[in-house]
Amino acid sequence: MLEVQNLSMRFGGLLAVDQVSLDVQEHEIVSIIGPNGAGKTTVFNCMSGFYKPTSGKILFEGHEVQGKPDFRISRLGMVRTFQHVRLFNRMTVVENLLVAQHRHLNTNLISGLLKTPSYREREQKSLDRASYWLDRVGLLDLANRDAGNLAYGQQRRLEIARCMVTEPKLLMLDEPAAGLNPAETRDLNQLIVSLKEDYNVSVVLIEHDMSLVMDISDRINVINQGRPLASGTPDEIRNNDDVIKAYLGEA
Amino acid sequence: MAAHNLKHALFCAIVTLIVAYPILGFNLVSSGTDIILEGATTQTVISVLLAAVVVFLFQLFRDNIMALLGKAPALNPLANRQPMEQSKRLKLESTILTLIIIGALFWPFFVSRGSVDLATLVLIYIMLALGLNVVVGLAGLLDLGYVAFYAVGAYTFALLSQYYGVSFWFALPIGALLAALFGLVLGFPVLRLRGDYLAIVTLGFGEIIRILLNNMTSLTGGPNGIGGIPDPTLFGMEFGRRVKEEGNTSFHETFGIAYSSEHKIIFLYLIALVLAVFTALVIRRLMRMPVGRAWEALREDEIAARSLGLSRTSVKLSAFTIGAFFAGFAGTVFASKQGFISPESFVFLESAIVLAIVVLGGMGSQLGVILAAIAVTILPELAREFSEYRMLIFGAAMVLMMVWRPQGLMPMRRIHIELEKQE
Ligand SMILES: Nc1ncnc2c1ncn2[C@@H]1O[C@H](COP(=O)(O)OP(=O)(O)OP(=O)(O)O)[C@@H](O)[C@H]1O
Ligand SMILES: [Mg+2]
Repeated sequence: MLEVQNLSMRFGGLLAVDQVSLDVQEHEIVSIIGPNGAGKTTVFNCMSGFYKPTSGKILFEGHEVQGKPDFRISRLGMVRTFQHVRLFNRMTVVENLLVAQHRHLNTNLISGLLKTPSYREREQKSLDRASYWLDRVGLLDLANRDAGNLAYGQQRRLEIARCMVTEPKLLMLDEPAAGLNPAETRDLNQLIVSLKEDYNVSVVLIEHDMSLVMDISDRINVINQGRPLASGTPDEIRNNDDVIKAYLGEA
Repeated sequence: MAAHNLKHALFCAIVTLIVAYPILGFNLVSSGTDIILEGATTQTVISVLLAAVVVFLFQLFRDNIMALLGKAPALNPLANRQPMEQSKRLKLESTILTLIIIGALFWPFFVSRGSVDLATLVLIYIMLALGLNVVVGLAGLLDLGYVAFYAVGAYTFALLSQYYGVSFWFALPIGALLAALFGLVLGFPVLRLRGDYLAIVTLGFGEIIRILLNNMTSLTGGPNGIGGIPDPTLFGMEFGRRVKEEGNTSFHETFGIAYSSEHKIIFLYLIALVLAVFTALVIRRLMRMPVGRAWEALREDEIAARSLGLSRTSVKLSAFTIGAFFAGFAGTVFASKQGFISPESFVFLESAIVLAIVVLGGMGSQLGVILAAIAVTILPELAREFSEYRMLIFGAAMVLMMVWRPQGLMPMRRIHIELEKQE
């Protein structure tokens, strides 16, 4: 469903991403790994429309999306989280999820001002969807708290829930396990797998936690200094000499 | 540290001298056809020097003075109380607002004509400030040219009545919609700018509209303005002594009461009151609708909002347009109240005053905005004797306010949507 072809991104003199290609099929979890500064987040930024790639193509369900505005890409069903959590801190947890559903709500001002039955119905539906996902990520009890007051792990889960209420086809997670304790990481592991199994969402995952990556990925792409280093199944990657060298070299 | 302070204070004092001396220290006196430059009296020169000394001393002990000012809120018993629970606070707020509105309904029948007239002006400012609050307080867009939309509303009514004899009630929605359209058209190119740039460009737009009105003499009468703008009617009843429009009746004859010019003023006041309440209610509702949440989300974290499919341009444009709409509303009422408008009424100062009301009230909070509008409009009237120093007092009050209570009189507490516990 997603195909990235020869993607390059240059910042002034720095070629942060150099000819990276990857593809994601439906019902698949694909990981991108690589040392710090390898260019993983930059690939995400190009895919989600924050950066306009210097060259290369990004095809989502057969349509070219490179260089399209970010909000359009997200409306196509490609939604992302951020390496540094970005919530609407002064809004409540449930409001964070309502903002994400603005497109499912009636945007007609008049019907909203008059509270027509159809508007109420839609509002109720989005509240229901919000509480469903809050329950799903274990935050239902905190629904009316300010998002900024949540613990770090809870914020990460809220960010994923916020993506899910938009009903995406492809979810892009940028280091979702960063800063989580082992128990939380285990929960996250199950959540991501369930997103794929139960909700039929494909996932692109950037992650440094190797056990998580090896555990849930169907395929893995390794990037080093902007260049693709290897790609394959977890087993292939584990035994790939180049990858071992790059990681040992870094360590 | 002390040396640095001394240097800084000296610098400030010298700047004061450089700025003040040429302006105050010399007078241009016309003698016959010539203009002669004269030195000012020694008294003025001494005052200028004194001012420089005051600036010097203030800058020297600035930290101490500011620390003292910072402690002042402790004197205010309300400053440190616990925030109330949302449901309780909302109830209290709506009770207070209802009481204010009921009081405001009956109040004009007991006071002087001048007070009612002033109160109408306050209500117009409340409408303007509530509208600008959407743009600045909720959507976080610094708009310094807000007065342009006020002018559009006022001129729409004035021109429509002059050329087509359109009445107030027809002009009211047209003026508001036209102002909204202006907001949409002007907003489209400028809203991709951020922060300071946006402020400067909107400032420019405000001035352009005023200058256009000034120069399109054949249409708008230029600096002479437009007069004879009709008063609103009540179901076809006019408030003048004699009926002007054919087919209308007059209010005092219909009810068989003596003619009084006060009727008209009270009626205008009541219209302004109803419209101000309408404005407040609509905006309150908008804040709880998806648009309102989108404004806030975009202000909170633009990148996250965009990643969820919110279009920056359309969300900001909606705030800009809705703000302009209410300015158009206020403009129509203003034109009707004054009966005469000219570009003079729509100078930058008006934008600044409305912005000051929003900031003073505590961005985003409606009750705060209402209190601030009352304070900003009425205080200068009470201090008439000081009218020459009005702007000076105004500026000083703003500076003090920013030091003492930067969050405004009543900072906004958000109205949350609560998720009810489901079983
Ligand atoms: N907007 C930008 N302007 C200039 N350089 C940038 C920009 N964004 C990223 N870079 C550079 O591109 C390179 C890749 O950064 P990127 O954030 O993609 O790495 P990463 O693989 O996500 O690393 P990490 O694991 O630390 O998150 C870095 O050298 C970074 O400094
Ligand atoms: Mg990164």
